[in-house]
Amino acid sequence: MDAKYLLLRHREIPDINRLEVYRQHGGYQAFHKAVTAMTPAEVTAVVKASGLRGRGGAGFPTGLKWSFIDAHKWPHYVVANADESEPGTFKDREIMEGNPYQFLEGVAIAAYAIQANAAYIYLRGEFWQLAGQLDQRIAELEATGLLGDQLFGTDYSLRMYTHLGAGAYICGEETALLESMEGKLGQPRLRPPFPPSFGLYGKPTVVNNVETLANVPLIVERGADWYRTFGTEKSTGVKIFSLSGCVNKPGNYELPLGATFRELIFEHGGGIPGGREIKAIMPAGASSSLIVANQEALDTPMDYESVPNVGAALGSASVIVIDDSVSVPWLIRKTIHFFKHESCGKCTPCREGTYWMMHLTERIDSGQAGWEDVELLREVASQVRGKCLCALGEFSIEAVLSGIERFQSDFEARVQSKQIEGEPEPQAAG
Amino acid sequence: MAKLVTLTIDEKQVTVPEGTLIVDAAKKIGVDVPVFCYHPKMEPVGMCRMCLVDIGRPLRDRNTGELLLEPDGSPRIQFGPKLETACTTPVSEGMVVVGDADNVRRGRKDIIEFILTSHPLDCPICDKGGECPLQDLTMDHGPGQSRFIYDEKIHLAKHVPLGELIVLDRERCIQCGRCVRYQDEIVDDPVIAFHNRGRSLEIVTFSEPGFDSYFSGNTTDICPVGALTTADFRFEARPWELKSAASLCSQCPVGCNITFNVRREAKSGGNWVIKRVMPRQNEAVNEIWICDKGRFAYHYTESPERIKQPLVRKNGELTPASLEEALQVVAARLREAGEGLLTLASGRLSNEDLFNLRELTAGVGGKTGLYSQMGGGDLVAQVGVGKGTDFALMGPETAILVVASNLLEEAPIWWSRLKQAADRGARLIVVNPRPTKLDRYAAHTIRYPYGSETAAILALLNAISAKRPNLPESVQSLARAAELQAAAKTFADAQDAVVLYGSEGTSLAASQALAQACANLLIATGHIGRPNNGLLGVWSRANEQGAWDMGFRPLPDLQGAMKAARALYVVAADPARDDPLLAETGEFMVVQELFLTDTARLADVVLPVRAYTEREGTYTTGERRVQRFYPALPEPAGVKADFAISAQIGQLLGLELEGRSPARVMERIASQVPDYAGVSYNELAKVSEQWPIVGRGDLYYGGTSYENKQGLGVQLSSAAHRGETVTLGWPAWPEVKTAAGSLLAVPVTRLYDRGNTVLPSRLLHPRIGQPHVLMHPSNARELGVREGDTVQVTLNGSGNVVVARLDRSLPLDVVLVPRSMGLPIAGPVGVQVRVVERVAV
Amino acid sequence: MSTLAENYPGEIKSILAKYPPDQKRSAVMALIYLAQREGGYVTKQALREIAEICEISTTDVASLVGFYSLYYDQPGGKYRLQVCTDLPCALRGAEQFLENLCENLGIKVGETTADGLLTVEHVMCLAACDKAPMFQVQSGEGLAYYENQTAESALELVGRLRRREAGKDGR
Ligand SMILES: Cc1cc2nc3c(=O)[nH]c(=O)nc-3n(C[C@H](O)[C@H](O)[C@H](O)COP(=O)(O)O)c2cc1C
Ligand code: SF4
Ligand code: FES
Repeated sequence: MDAKYLLLRHREIPDINRLEVYRQHGGYQAFHKAVTAMTPAEVTAVVKASGLRGRGGAGFPTGLKWSFIDAHKWPHYVVANADESEPGTFKDREIMEGNPYQFLEGVAIAAYAIQANAAYIYLRGEFWQLAGQLDQRIAELEATGLLGDQLFGTDYSLRMYTHLGAGAYICGEETALLESMEGKLGQPRLRPPFPPSFGLYGKPTVVNNVETLANVPLIVERGADWYRTFGTEKSTGVKIFSLSGCVNKPGNYELPLGATFRELIFEHGGGIPGGREIKAIMPAGASSSLIVANQEALDTPMDYESVPNVGAALGSASVIVIDDSVSVPWLIRKTIHFFKHESCGKCTPCREGTYWMMHLTERIDSGQAGWEDVELLREVASQVRGKCLCALGEFSIEAVLSGIERFQSDFEARVQSKQIEGEPEPQAAG
Repeated sequence: MAKLVTLTIDEKQVTVPEGTLIVDAAKKIGVDVPVFCYHPKMEPVGMCRMCLVDIGRPLRDRNTGELLLEPDGSPRIQFGPKLETACTTPVSEGMVVVGDADNVRRGRKDIIEFILTSHPLDCPICDKGGECPLQDLTMDHGPGQSRFIYDEKIHLAKHVPLGELIVLDRERCIQCGRCVRYQDEIVDDPVIAFHNRGRSLEIVTFSEPGFDSYFSGNTTDICPVGALTTADFRFEARPWELKSAASLCSQCPVGCNITFNVRREAKSGGNWVIKRVMPRQNEAVNEIWICDKGRFAYHYTESPERIKQPLVRKNGELTPASLEEALQVVAARLREAGEGLLTLASGRLSNEDLFNLRELTAGVGGKTGLYSQMGGGDLVAQVGVGKGTDFALMGPETAILVVASNLLEEAPIWWSRLKQAADRGARLIVVNPRPTKLDRYAAHTIRYPYGSETAAILALLNAISAKRPNLPESVQSLARAAELQAAAKTFADAQDAVVLYGSEGTSLAASQALAQACANLLIATGHIGRPNNGLLGVWSRANEQGAWDMGFRPLPDLQGAMKAARALYVVAADPARDDPLLAETGEFMVVQELFLTDTARLADVVLPVRAYTEREGTYTTGERRVQRFYPALPEPAGVKADFAISAQIGQLLGLELEGRSPARVMERIASQVPDYAGVSYNELAKVSEQWPIVGRGDLYYGGTSYENKQGLGVQLSSAAHRGETVTLGWPAWPEVKTAAGSLLAVPVTRLYDRGNTVLPSRLLHPRIGQPHVLMHPSNARELGVREGDTVQVTLNGSGNVVVARLDRSLPLDVVLVPRSMGLPIAGPVGVQVRVVERVAV
Repeated sequence: MSTLAENYPGEIKSILAKYPPDQKRSAVMALIYLAQREGGYVTKQALREIAEICEISTTDVASLVGFYSLYYDQPGGKYRLQVCTDLPCALRGAEQFLENLCENLGIKVGETTADGLLTVEHVMCLAACDKAPMFQVQSGEGLAYYENQTAESALELVGRLRRREAGKDGR
């Protein structure tokens, strides 16, 4: 199997976003095989064995999640998380535009594995056009008999629907997503119970990321061992890295897990523009800590186990590159502004903390603050830590704390600029 | 019985049922875990993060599952990586909870500091000041001073009326969501909600009128800050200036326990005045809630219209007289009248008043009459709910049948308790001629044509019993309906069953028959003589059941009886107002009242009385629980309580009546009214520990509802409960006939009516609205009537000009006439409607 | 004012068909979009109607309109130009781009052009970080992305939108 891509196959197979072309290249054989020749448990077992882990950020083992589904409560649901709102993340969109059927087949297989007869695709509202396309494709699949009642002459039936969000990052959090789908405010639920026991409409539900699901057809078709030939021991398979920020060739890069930051940024991404120096890396979008981009960091393999060694997490693998023209106080001002804007407001530390941090970062970045404000910012951020109802609040402080700790001089510069009148504000690149 | 779990909280051991939340377990042993969003009556949400505690759990061996032990033999405890919320975490065996430690204190301080960053510092002018959980918890847990720059605080609207009753201060709201959740979870009126997100979250209402709920006031009690206040109390007084008096709501048969907050104030001429009504906990009656009528309608007691001076008619004019003089006249005329005396009283009076009236009347050989449009109180005394009945204890094993009642309008707190019983799995059977909000929770809903309520109940009875009284064809098809058959089975098969009958569309005679039919159903299915089994009347007055118990009965031909009477003694009733036909009276009439009512204006003698807020007494609720109310205000000079007036008249007639104190009257009641044997003011004043604990130092937990220190009352036992045999009776009901094609007017009850005890509260006027009738749009179309048109409604020979309201949920060919809304109606009757003036469109 | 039920009977039916019969509430988000088709925002009457269809309270519908950023309870420009200025785009000059765009249109961020045609807003990440500067155009009809933009290309689009409107009026 010498193809370059497992997921971004549209890059080498033109028109694979047309059903017949996708089927010419083996499309829907996996689903057919699953429904006609495998038990749901067998399907789950293969996915478990493949070592596939969630690509939405948490990296939770996918097969294991499926096996948690509560078999005493019915019906079951599959919900594909296509909310893709993490700043710096744009991989799910390319899959759904370029190679949509592989994703839809993955949804179908997941549904069969947990015996769900209905699957929903929750798209962020901004993917309005994309939702329209998917609706057509779903209709086409029903027309072709790949979705609908008594598939392939078995008594398994499956319907698929899109559900459009309306602009709320928090709805990417799986329980907020479910609330939103139920027509309520997109605010996270208490956990436990988790979706596999209490999900959509209180029924057992599997929520998976688009990229996660796009892996499934190949795994079922070619087997767990084949999939394990990609990636590392613990982080198997391939991952789409969304590369953005200060690089020459931003974009999605599908690489095996374990490829290094250097490969991604310099070989594939073409390095830093304008002969500037790389300064920091945010491997998981705005929710990420700032990694100091030294040699050690650049040579770190991008997998779930290694990234923590350099003080961050792989998350959704949305790699934002920061060059030496960027001031960190300005950067965290941007990230905090994002989290303040997106905090759902349900829990106190996130609602109030992000609001307070916004004021502090604005004053610090605009040179209106003293060092005690930087200290205060650090304390407020630490005060948020570990108290939030969901991870958004916890994410919001990562860049702040790592920024202050690892790029102290940037803050000192900003604080001094308080005294020096009329000093020009350092600008962001571009 | 759930399995028990033992854990340690701050070194104290506690054993509680499995599933109990840490926060409640702590409360049980007096360990305070601060909370804002959590409320013991609602599902936990873990939003505010104030209740953080450190939780350790015993370690077990992976393979053997054995507890791992420390060298000293105690189980090895592992604490979590971060603090957890006590309000969302259920207890588990061997758990170790730590609240009294530096890391926890710091965590709580952090949360308080966050909340304060956007909370104004206006405690000195805040209505909640003095009873504010945030204020208290800031004292106990908060940071010394704010590190948040004041200029960076958001400033928001401080006076946002959510309708006429509740005012929101946006700055003060801490987004705990208690109000929103109360409205949704407990009373299913989701008419307030959060708008925007993040720091911009704010409470909004889009209902018309704003905050359109009969329970809105309760949100001001559970709001942990001064964000929600009643328009009534806002800026009126500071909590610590207020004295409190235990009392009861006088508006409906539920008998909600309340507390009057009173104070003496200059602006009221140095007099004591009531500043607000607060709920007082009685878990078996109203829990910690009251409805908005109970909270806002009390103003009638302090109305300037109150009469304080006796009046005697002299050459045609009612003229002020001394009490002695007035009573002399009355005594003389009553003696004369002898058996020609008719004493007409209502359930607005206390048991003591009614008892003395009965004694007085009997003393001169006269008759008593209960002024009411409902019957069946005698049956309730026989097969009423057994001692120990409590809606809160009803679940899947209980069937609750509600017939001829729009319960939400007739007794809101019962409605909410039934709704919650249904949430717990109780099987609700709603039998009513038109849809009501109770239908939402019903296992079975049965519709019958207005006038056929008794037949509908008999149809249920037929479905399960051998005896088959033949039914009028109005319900023949209904009787065969599968839904009715199913409902009958549900009712018969239920372990426990109660029946509530109301006054939707019923006349007195119909009500009497309905009560009998309901009693038969209960007897036939063996649902009597036990707790959570039996009959309840949804009376229209607070002490109507007490009136029956004291021997008062409604009069089949009230008009005739009044005309025939040689002397009429009318107490706490205003027949002339309800029906012009009742304005013609006999030779002599004495009226004992708070106000110069329409009836009083016709009287020969008018005797002023104390409001119930100015005296002691007891009411008996629809669940036959006798409860005490205490004086809230000093007695007005020269004005006496009803029972004392009767006693004094008795004296003049040489009768020996008890007039010294209500407590002593109750002693006589106890000795002469068998059901009340053993009831005494001391018994009524007894209390026992209630759950949840409210109203103590920890208002953040349950809210500002008052703790009950003054008595939970005594629930009477029914005859059936005492083992006396009760027998079926044949209900003869009046047939309701209307000429084909003509409309039938039927009386219905509205919570906010124009009655003497509601109208004086100006705050409620927008909700009371104008006199009106309701009809189905297609009937309206035939008559050319549009929503809001002014129409002439002719019934019982009198024409009335009112507003027409259209409602497509109504059955065809009926016109709903709300009672006490300015139209005379005592039962179903033919009606003509014609347009007088069209609304501009 | 004509009601949703009159204007979009078919759409409403197919929206409701996506969800279990006892979960009408799930349809509320799609119905709000439907209500925005005409004027680009949700009227009070539409709130009431949606509430009726979904069997929830008007307040609950209004609450959602407030929570999600693609819903509006106030009219704005017919087209909302929403420029992403979130971190990744900002690192590629999005803030400068927005500034120029505003200058060219002679309005500030959040304002609407005199002809009521365009409102310019800045928004959070739109999942197009590799194609910055970029923006989306939201109107009653829906949303469209415009990526790898320059001041010129943006003005070209603005011109197209203006001509399109003029054309409409012409007819
Ligand atoms: C604030 C927040 C935002 C998230 N956004 C997304 C998202 O946009 N897309 C996604 O797939 N998962 C997102 N997640 C993760 C989901 O909660 C969930 O873990 C994931 O969808 C599970 O799918 P997976 O196991 O296939 O990764 C988010 C989580 C949080 C806390
Ligand atoms: S952490 Fe933020 S986003 Fe998550 S629940 Fe709390 S307020 Fe909402
Ligand atoms: S989070 Fe526990 S009380 Fe609010």
